[in-house]
Amino acid sequence: MRPASDLTWTDVTPEHLFLNRRSFIAGAAALVAGSAGAAGFSTDEAPNSFDEITNYNNFYEFGFGKTDPARFAKGLTTDPWSVEIDGLVDRPGSYSVADLAPDNAVEERIYRLRCVEAWSMVIPWLGVPLASVLEKVGVQPGAKFVEFETLLRPEEMPAQRRRSMQWPYREGLRLDEAMHPLTILATGLYGQALPNQNGAPIRLVVPWKYGFKSIKSIVRITLTDTQPVSTWQAMQPGEYGFYANVNPRVDHPRWSQATERRIGAGLLGGRQDTLMFNGYGEQVASLYAGMDLARDY
Amino acid sequence: MQLRRLPTGVVWALGALPLAVLVWDVFAGGLGVDPVRDIEHRLGRTAVYFLVASLCVTPLLRLARINLMKFRRPLGLLSASYAALHLLAWAVLDMGLRWEQALKDIARRPYLTIGMAALVILLILAATSSNAAIRRLGARRWGAIHRLVYLAAPLALFHWLLAHKIWPGKPLLILGAVAILLGLRLAWARARRFASNT
Repeated sequence: MRPASDLTWTDVTPEHLFLNRRSFIAGAAALVAGSAGAAGFSTDEAPNSFDEITNYNNFYEFGFGKTDPARFAKGLTTDPWSVEIDGLVDRPGSYSVADLAPDNAVEERIYRLRCVEAWSMVIPWLGVPLASVLEKVGVQPGAKFVEFETLLRPEEMPAQRRRSMQWPYREGLRLDEAMHPLTILATGLYGQALPNQNGAPIRLVVPWKYGFKSIKSIVRITLTDTQPVSTWQAMQPGEYGFYANVNPRVDHPRWSQATERRIGAGLLGGRQDTLMFNGYGEQVASLYAGMDLARDY
Repeated sequence: MQLRRLPTGVVWALGALPLAVLVWDVFAGGLGVDPVRDIEHRLGRTAVYFLVASLCVTPLLRLARINLMKFRRPLGLLSASYAALHLLAWAVLDMGLRWEQALKDIARRPYLTIGMAALVILLILAATSSNAAIRRLGARRWGAIHRLVYLAAPLALFHWLLAHKIWPGKPLLILGAVAILLGLRLAWARARRFASNT
């Protein structure tokens, strides 16, 4: 019999609940918010399984194989975490994940995800509209773009020790894209905190753009008046543009974007047609009115 | 070397092993989240491995005096078989028999055009990999046709490399090995020409 003083909260609370209490609250909040009307943004397609979503990732900081992130992201420290918000904002500073996505504001969004490699999934995210964050920090009138930056921590992100890409990973959106109600900062999926391999603790999700635009493990958000250059765009400007909208009519120079393979469809699942703006055209097409999307790919 | 005494059936049995393991993984669920991609990629990689192995036979004989000459044909035929299965997996599982897109892509996407060219060469070589074919074509012409393997190997590796978003390590390494194996042939050919000129 141990003395009572040896007891800790882990003795009365199962560890997985103990660790996930915060995300449990987030999940509960999502259910409430979901029933309150945000469901209009969600697809009614069946989501991929948790196992599929967390074992098939492109997160090159942890390696280039699809299972590398699940294997090597375990050691990533996501708490404490802070996001630097700077540039043309009224209240620049260092914000915690809870500041940006408080539990009572988190809602569920079930979105299609279309990778530039021509596969797709359906993912039940938890998050807050990016617009709510930008409103919180106060966007100044001169701001036209939002730039994002992923964590640079080679000790915990093994592939950052190699020079195979330009680290840290960067992405950007036009301000109207960033303010669009479909654009969210996700902090969870399937009712729990975001697994590290999916971009913990906070990531962008822009469902009408190829997956690489939805930058993971964000540490900096900068409001600016000049168009940012994203990492892929800087590496291969002929293959990856700033916009990277899902577009079945504009092929990747090396492969077709007309169709996609839905992960989890099974051995004989075949392909499905890729939809313009990944099926979100009704909500976002007006953002690009008058633009030549073959030129601004 | 006693290796020569082994019947070629041993190579066939070993060569069937990657396919057996793959089939096992398909039914035992050992393939992970995207089995289609794994099947397709494993078949393609195995084809390359056997192709490179077949290219090692002559250097091993000349540089290390290890005679595996009688295994060269089964190695080549195994490579062609895995390459054919790789194409089949792509057409049926990956493309889902969307023939129109598949054919257009082969014509339009360099990595697919190149891969298809490598496969066509391997199939021509497989079709002429018999003693009867050597007799029919004559040793000289047969030899000339089979030197196409020196083209098929780099094509297969460029096909592998170009399917990636970044430079992947493994196919680059194998391409380096192929460059050395082909370089040796070039050096020997020069030496022969030099010897016959003097």
